Amino acid sequence: MKKIYIYKGFERFWHWVQATLIIFLALTGFEVHGSFEVFGFESAVKFHRVASYALLLLIAFSIFWHFTTGEWKQYLPTTKKLRSQIRYYISGIFKGDKHPSKKTELSKLNPLQKLVYLGFKIVLIPLVIITGILYLNYKVVDANNIIVISEIPLDAIAVLHTLGAFLLIAFLIVHVYMTTTGHTATSNIKAMLTGYEEIEDDKEEITEVKNEN
Amino acid sequence: MKKSILTIITSVILLLVLINVFHKPETQNLKLLKLKEQYSQPKVASVDHSKFEILQKEFKTPQEVTATCISCHNERHKEVMQSSHWNWERISYVEGRGLTSTGKKNVLNNFCIGATGNEQACAKCHIGFGMNNKEFDFSNELNVDCMVCHDNSEEYKKGSALAGYPDRNVNLSKVAQSVGAPKRENCGFCHFTSGGGNNVKHGDLETALLAADLEVDVHMGVNGMDMSCVDCHTANQHQIKGKLYSVSSDNENRAYCEDCHGNLPHFDEMINRHTSRVACQTCHIPEYAKVNATKMEWYWSEAGELKDGKPFTEDDSLGNHTYLSTKGRFVWERNVKPDYMWFNGTADHYILGDQVNSFPVEMNKLFGSHDDPSSKIIPVKIHVGDQIYDPNTKMLIQPKLFSKEKGDSAFWKDFDWHTASEAGMKNIGLEYSGEYEFVKTKMYWPVNHMVSIKEKTVACSECHTQNEEGRLAELTGFYLPGRDRSITVDFFGKFIIIASLLGILLHGLIRIFVVLKKNKYTVQVINEELK
Repeated sequence: MKKIYIYKGFERFWHWVQATLIIFLALTGFEVHGSFEVFGFESAVKFHRVASYALLLLIAFSIFWHFTTGEWKQYLPTTKKLRSQIRYYISGIFKGDKHPSKKTELSKLNPLQKLVYLGFKIVLIPLVIITGILYLNYKVVDANNIIVISEIPLDAIAVLHTLGAFLLIAFLIVHVYMTTTGHTATSNIKAMLTGYEEIEDDKEEITEVKNEN
Repeated sequence: MKKSILTIITSVILLLVLINVFHKPETQNLKLLKLKEQYSQPKVASVDHSKFEILQKEFKTPQEVTATCISCHNERHKEVMQSSHWNWERISYVEGRGLTSTGKKNVLNNFCIGATGNEQACAKCHIGFGMNNKEFDFSNELNVDCMVCHDNSEEYKKGSALAGYPDRNVNLSKVAQSVGAPKRENCGFCHFTSGGGNNVKHGDLETALLAADLEVDVHMGVNGMDMSCVDCHTANQHQIKGKLYSVSSDNENRAYCEDCHGNLPHFDEMINRHTSRVACQTCHIPEYAKVNATKMEWYWSEAGELKDGKPFTEDDSLGNHTYLSTKGRFVWERNVKPDYMWFNGTADHYILGDQVNSFPVEMNKLFGSHDDPSSKIIPVKIHVGDQIYDPNTKMLIQPKLFSKEKGDSAFWKDFDWHTASEAGMKNIGLEYSGEYEFVKTKMYWPVNHMVSIKEKTVACSECHTQNEEGRLAELTGFYLPGRDRSITVDFFGKFIIIASLLGILLHGLIRIFVVLKKNKYTVQVINEELK
């Protein structure tokens, strides 16, 4: 077993703040949606708006970080080993097989993660963010000299926003579960907290080293 | 030493920052304070009519008073004679009809039905003298009643069934010497008791407003701004701002809350955004008929029952008539939650001679829709009932109700619908087939008064709710957050959440099962080896 440093300071900060904000936004958002009552409608609307501004700010910083550090390349999709990665989660994991892809500082995501997170970043998040911004600024009627965004019907905006929210929750459920599939059940979460992850030893490497000895 | 000073300074700064962050002084609404200041200025009359020599005499007839008024205010009566208070009609453009003259002269309602033919009684609320039939001379300036609006002595009142003449006991000299700007009592004389009793028609205008507290009406409350009707319903040349859509049709010369408060009166931007589609009244008048009950239902079909050949009355515990032989059965309600409608400021009415083609008959139609950008959601009182109708001509009947004597075909004396219908329709020159029945009717009364204190304002969740009791539950066709949703997306959303949960549960269980089995195997192998 060895430890490698894979999640940098900002990345961990970004991950946990984003997680907190998304969960809080889901809580307040689904209250506005009428699914349950926690804060009361009026407060839920207020909190949802404040949290949404915070999320927008955070995302702006994270986009900057991804491009300045070149980390965005981590998310470039690849079909190499994609099948074996899927096969691993469907059957290999039960047989105690090894992870088909190796985690390193330069490639911390497996091919399936690359694909899912890319989808998360360029489809799911933009869906909720764009509909969210439209919802946030939705104003109708110029009878009171108010800016008009009535070309897009509110129900289209709201329904797409809700759809994005449902998908995010499903993502969250599976994402949290998948963290238990690392070297040990908690090694992935520990990594996201400390930055260091325990990974499986590469036996071939070890034998090679032994031979040299 | 240096270090401790630095610590103290830092902690003081931190403390100040924290105080700043967590202490929020109550924000003063300067716009509102300015309005309050403006309306608190005592009003001083520019003249004292009791000092005018010309009024120091005994007036024998009310026309004599009018003539005296006109001798100084020698053009004012012309303004009055241009008003709908005098003419009982107003020309306006009505959707589907074109330019139409509508007013009390030709519009029916589902309370006392209509004035035509019953002027002797109904003209108690006409600002003139001697309107006892439809041939009243609207060009005779001497018949203008200045006193009913301008009496400041609370002495003046119009007599019952005197065709608009004052009660015989009124001291006209005292009234003439007191005149000034209209007070609540003046407007209220007709507008509080219209429909034959206090608060019968409006629900939000009643005698309790003569001395109400803030909780009843935030503007008129005597312990608050104590405003009078004409503070908002201002007038220019006797054309008074504001109108009621039980008789009015067009979107002109209306009185708006925004006239004083502006269209973005809240600190909260989210709430301000509502003002483009939601009228102020919708949130700020959570209920009407706050003090005395108002009539909600009126069934003429039950009128005419007699006990021992005599008409009778039944009252409820609060003293409201629930049955009158002359008028039928009523339902009263207090603290009523309004209904809500889209309204763009224009309306249509049932006009005498119109043919009915749908039931219940809408006595007035308020135009407006969610996709009409000039419409807003307003609160309304909906008054329902039934009334007399001719199934052959398909017209609502204007019956003759009032007469001083029996045998004059009036329903209130003879209790015969047939003769009352015949006489009433003949009077207006409309056909009556000889057959009548009672049809359901509906009438919409926008609610504009009895504005509540801000603490009692309608809460967000009273409309933004899936609850079928929600205030806007029946106003459909547009997307209301918190109430509306796409059933498909919600179903799909719940489905993928449940599917994800089941998926990870299954995957997880298999993993645990596999691990346990493997452990057992390992333990067995170790045990074997130990043997």
